[in-house]
Amino acid sequence: MAYHPDSLVRELDKIAQILRLDALEMIHRRGAGHPGGSLSASEIITALVFHHLRIDPKRPNWEERDRFILSKGHACSLLYAALARRGFFPVEELKTWGEIGSRFQGHPDRLKTPGIDMTTGMEGHGIAVGAGLCLAARRKNLNFRVYVLVGDGECQCGVLWEGAMIASKYHLSELTVIVDRNYVQLDGPTHEILPIDPLVDKWKAFNFATIEIDGNNMRQVLDALDIADKIRDKPTVIIAHTVKGKGVSFMEGEAKWHGKPPNKEEFAKASEELRRRIRSYGEEID
Amino acid sequence: MEKKSIRKAYGYALADYGAENTDVAVVVADVSASVQTRFFAEKFPERFFNVGITEQALVDFAAGLALGGMIPFANTFAVLFLRAAEQIRTSVAYAKTNVKLVGSYSGLSDYKDGPTHNVECDIAVMRSIPNIAVVEVADAVEAEKMVPEVAEYDGPVYLRLSRSEAPVIFDENYEPKIGKAAIIRDGSDVALIASGVMVYRCLKAAENLARMGIDAYVVNMSTIKPLDLNVVQKVAADTGAIVTAEDHSVIGGLGGAIAEALGETKPTVLERIGIRDTFTETSRSYDALLDHYRMSVEDIVKAAQLAVKRNRQIHI
Repeated sequence: MAYHPDSLVRELDKIAQILRLDALEMIHRRGAGHPGGSLSASEIITALVFHHLRIDPKRPNWEERDRFILSKGHACSLLYAALARRGFFPVEELKTWGEIGSRFQGHPDRLKTPGIDMTTGMEGHGIAVGAGLCLAARRKNLNFRVYVLVGDGECQCGVLWEGAMIASKYHLSELTVIVDRNYVQLDGPTHEILPIDPLVDKWKAFNFATIEIDGNNMRQVLDALDIADKIRDKPTVIIAHTVKGKGVSFMEGEAKWHGKPPNKEEFAKASEELRRRIRSYGEEID
Repeated sequence: MEKKSIRKAYGYALADYGAENTDVAVVVADVSASVQTRFFAEKFPERFFNVGITEQALVDFAAGLALGGMIPFANTFAVLFLRAAEQIRTSVAYAKTNVKLVGSYSGLSDYKDGPTHNVECDIAVMRSIPNIAVVEVADAVEAEKMVPEVAEYDGPVYLRLSRSEAPVIFDENYEPKIGKAAIIRDGSDVALIASGVMVYRCLKAAENLARMGIDAYVVNMSTIKPLDLNVVQKVAADTGAIVTAEDHSVIGGLGGAIAEALGETKPTVLERIGIRDTFTETSRSYDALLDHYRMSVEDIVKAAQLAVKRNRQIHI
């Protein structure tokens, strides 16, 4: 496992805050989107897009790139922001999100947006798709890894576990699944809607290596991704405990912010909080 | 008339084509022995994936293989693809992944297993999803020849296969193309447009009609989508009377497609042979089941007579 210097962790932490502001601004401007599950996943997406994934913004279709499937496609505002700031397309273009003719759909579209490896938005698909990608890579002697980010509500989908069984059958050690365990889904807390615990035991029973972390702690995210890469003979799942709506005090842990855009006052308040945090890293943002 | 297994012809062709094209992969949901992908499995175990009874994941998994540059043939019973309708729509059709969905045991051809296994609505579902070509083969020759055609078609295809031993219609010179209908008998009074095993029944009906002085076209419309509108319009113009025939519901399948196309371009007298909005039954024979649900040669003849009569009444 590579040691991650404080300076790197701090830089990525700062980017995670900037992406939160970007995502929230996009959702506010469009009057639509999913704040809660985008904000909870910011450290995970930041760690992947800005550090861990072997990707090249100049070659979005590079055959040997690592693949990232945002199976919880409703968190796409944050991914679009990450890809923009990583150089896949201009940050300015994010303003077109959701307009007719825009390259950014309401959920990820692999054919429209550079850097999006798979079309998602309906829960449950990512692991089975990822398993197919891993096996195609083996047949074609391509050396890439596949990362799939799923939601915790998504762990209620049957097809997710079908995909997990397939990944186990073929010992897909090149597959890393990350569960954004933010404890809240559209209609309320996961334990009230349909309990998914014991979640770690479930994944163990499906023959995955399991790692449990604080998914809003950048260093833990970076370390877990490294460890998962080293595990042989089986796929790995990182259960990333996060806070829904993380970074905006009045959104944290609240189901009502799953798919509701902030109004003008709410956005101003959230923006102020996030800007204050970004300033603490010595950065000003327009 | 010689009969040959459509699924076996498909299975052998897949194994042969797999030797030629190393990108071809086969994925199956625990029905390898039934849908005859075992020949491919024996020859190319490294490109064969049995994913168990996971039809939804079968489709997503195949989409993943396609993203990685393979040409996956995903196989299960036609009825079971209904279980994966959303996966097909999202991960295959909308995402435009180069997946070939092969629905075997189509229509009433799994007569012994009964109505749970029969399927009357798969074409209707597939046809209304954008980006998917819908193809049904009429005999073993067409099944064999369609394999490379499907593999080399750029984009998603739904290939519908009957479980039956079907009379062989075509010879080795026949070259099916996706999107092209084949006029296999010329006519002037009525056009019988069919897909799958109903093509042979239409040929028999045309022979009977000829003895009655009615000259019938027989068209093999193996591609239901994109529909070969040129041929539909030509036979409609030549005859003014159309009969469609399919082992599928009259709603949303070949008959539906032709009704829609003619309604918008050239309204023509139309009679549809197919399953008439009902679930079916178990039977000891496929032929008896088709006959029971009013898809017999005699039913086609009667429909043709009626279409001709209605057309003449319009033109008096």
